Amino acid sequence: MNVNYWLRSKPLVIGGLLVILLLLFMLTGLFYTPYEPNEMNTAMRLAPPQASHLWGTDNFGRDIFSRIMEGAQTAFLIGVSSVSIGLTCGLVIGAVAGYFGGWLDEVIMRFIDAMQAFPGILLAIMLVSVFGPGLNNTILALGLMSIPSFSRIARSGFIQYKEFDFVKASIAKGAGAWRIIIRHILPNMVSPLIVAASLGFSGSVLAEAGLSYLGLGVQPPDPSWGRMLSEAQPFIINAPWYVILTGVVLTAMVLGFNLLGDGIRDIYNKKG
Amino acid sequence: MKWNKKWVAGLSTVTLLAIIITGCGGNATQPAPTGNQPANTGAATETEQTKIKEGGTVRVSIATEPDNLDPYLSAATDTNSMMDNVFDGLFEAGENGELVPAITESYEVSEDGLTYTFKLKQGVVFHDGSALTSEDVYYSYAKLAGLDGQEPLSSKFSGVDSVETPDEHTVIIKLKGQDAAFLAANIAAIVPKDYDKQSEQPIGAGPFKFVEYQPGQQLVLEKNADFYDKERMPKLDRVEFKIMPDANSSVLALQAGDIDMVPGVSAQGALQLGEGYTIVSGPQNMVQLMALNNSVKPLDDVKVRQAINLAVDKDVIIQTVSDGNGTPLGSNMSPAMKMYYQEGLENRYAPNVEQAKALLKEAGYEDGFDLTITVPSNYQFHVDTAQVISEQLKQVGIRATLKQIEWSSWLEDVYNNAKYEATIIGLTGKLDPHEVLGRYESSYAKNFYKFSNSEFDGLIEKARTELDETARADLYKQAQELLTEQAVAVFIMDPSRNVAMKQNLQGFKMYPVQKYDFAAMYFTEE
Repeated sequence: MNVNYWLRSKPLVIGGLLVILLLLFMLTGLFYTPYEPNEMNTAMRLAPPQASHLWGTDNFGRDIFSRIMEGAQTAFLIGVSSVSIGLTCGLVIGAVAGYFGGWLDEVIMRFIDAMQAFPGILLAIMLVSVFGPGLNNTILALGLMSIPSFSRIARSGFIQYKEFDFVKASIAKGAGAWRIIIRHILPNMVSPLIVAASLGFSGSVLAEAGLSYLGLGVQPPDPSWGRMLSEAQPFIINAPWYVILTGVVLTAMVLGFNLLGDGIRDIYNKKG
Repeated sequence: MKWNKKWVAGLSTVTLLAIIITGCGGNATQPAPTGNQPANTGAATETEQTKIKEGGTVRVSIATEPDNLDPYLSAATDTNSMMDNVFDGLFEAGENGELVPAITESYEVSEDGLTYTFKLKQGVVFHDGSALTSEDVYYSYAKLAGLDGQEPLSSKFSGVDSVETPDEHTVIIKLKGQDAAFLAANIAAIVPKDYDKQSEQPIGAGPFKFVEYQPGQQLVLEKNADFYDKERMPKLDRVEFKIMPDANSSVLALQAGDIDMVPGVSAQGALQLGEGYTIVSGPQNMVQLMALNNSVKPLDDVKVRQAINLAVDKDVIIQTVSDGNGTPLGSNMSPAMKMYYQEGLENRYAPNVEQAKALLKEAGYEDGFDLTITVPSNYQFHVDTAQVISEQLKQVGIRATLKQIEWSSWLEDVYNNAKYEATIIGLTGKLDPHEVLGRYESSYAKNFYKFSNSEFDGLIEKARTELDETARADLYKQAQELLTEQAVAVFIMDPSRNVAMKQNLQGFKMYPVQKYDFAAMYFTEE
């Protein structure tokens, strides 16, 4: 497999570029933002984009560019952490259900079905209402929310691979169940899981924006894209750049990770 | 320009779609279409421009869900301002805060100030057709004052000793002691005797009848054709309160013609509406404050509270959050209450970071402390204020975090049980200064500031029995000064109220209390 082969996939290239760009944007924000993101300047309320404020200012006179940079950290943090929670739990659950099968599979999967019966965002809203709003609880809620989809993917993979000859050969040689799961089957599952993680990442970012939009996610004054969208809403006519720029960055993030996921899947399918 | 704005709005909508499509599109409640369009189609002629049109339906947005339809069990101002059209009391609030006789024809106060005699109007009927007599007044007041052996429902009636009804149209009320605030308490609703379904199907004697309440959607009133006061007879047929928690969606709904009136529109919203709408603006006798729980550490130290006051710059808040539409306050009284307002207190804590830091050092909090500001999430105005304040507090080393909670949890946790550190809220205007300042009495049940000061209690008690108006006003002024000196809370501003209406909707009057008198409103021919 060479680099040219990868570069021929348009979704992969565009998605990858978007993700890298946003990643750089976020990393820069860790060390440098043009203004302190929460600093207010009453004299400069709702200033349109200009030299001193590249992307304008919001209704408190805070620099929108700096806030979007800081918001990117929140978005990445939430994406990475919630996907990690979902992926880890989902993998374990899926592996157990898929590999061992039988009544254990039945019980686990019916439980997962019950979880999936709730629309994801409703489940997250319910969890946040119970545990209280805030960054940590949002991560937890979004992580729990993504467990069903990861465990389904993992389970189907394990069901498929456990019938393969190389697995049967290992069983014949006396390998234990966990050795087979981790050493023999898991490496084959990396590609579909990366695809799922990438899609799950964009889903989490979008869900966090939704929660924050409703006032349940990240608490003000800390910036979050969803919060910024909801705060920008009253000024949609009088200061359109606020909502447009925030929306564009959020869309780029979601689009980037979706395309990346699609691209990886295409290559994986062709190869398979 | 018009084309441009539309285009811009369209683009923004597209970017917002990313969020809305996943099903978390906020709480933009779309009013369900009703069969009753405002009657501007069937009208005959279009000759006279400002001709009053009889009938019609007015659709009004309201931000919060009613808490209880029973006037005695409801605490929320929005609910009260809707249901005030259904209920009448012995008096009604007038435009300048005066008391206008409603169900009462005339009244007399005895020389010692202990006996009040009310003569009721003839021919007053409730919405169920039964006549309103002194028996109903007795029943209502007995409930409020707890004379029926139950828990008294209103602290304003705690001074009532007995209610006598010598005949059908006379009510004699005897007080335990002199109470200068008692007369203003008589705006309380009069309800029919032995009717216990007020929470489901309220019945009063007001200009409008209650029709239905659909949670999350609307509350509907219709004209009471048997209303006793022919001069105040409503011209509108129907009032529909559409529940719209989101201020922006109510502005958009007004623009789209789905509603006719938005009673609380922001300065940005007014800007967005542009021409073609009537916007009435004025002080609303509200006290927006950051209440501090005086019983929790470190807020139990007056120096800490004073430091917080010195750290907050009210002018910045007014400019930022309210677009300059507000009056800075220094104590718990709006200048709209001319007679009782103590001037000059708003400058007591001129912003001074150094002094604030010094006070914190004296109190032993040199390195500052953590403070949680609980805000009701449905009031963007208060949430925005909290953001500005948390930024200002940072300068003196106080690390404030915001916690948004739902309105009903706010009422339960903060207002009823005082489980909070700091909160931002607007206290709505009352007609009587006792109701405004009595909130800080240590014996007041909803004293959620947990302020307890015997000197203050003494002043309020004295003012309650003082029948001389000037002397009484003076006592209230002293009480305000004490609140400021003790820095019980950060008194921020009285934000102006902006009411937006369609141009053909007329007759709206501004009151020092949040009151929407739909009996006085009407549509004009276009």
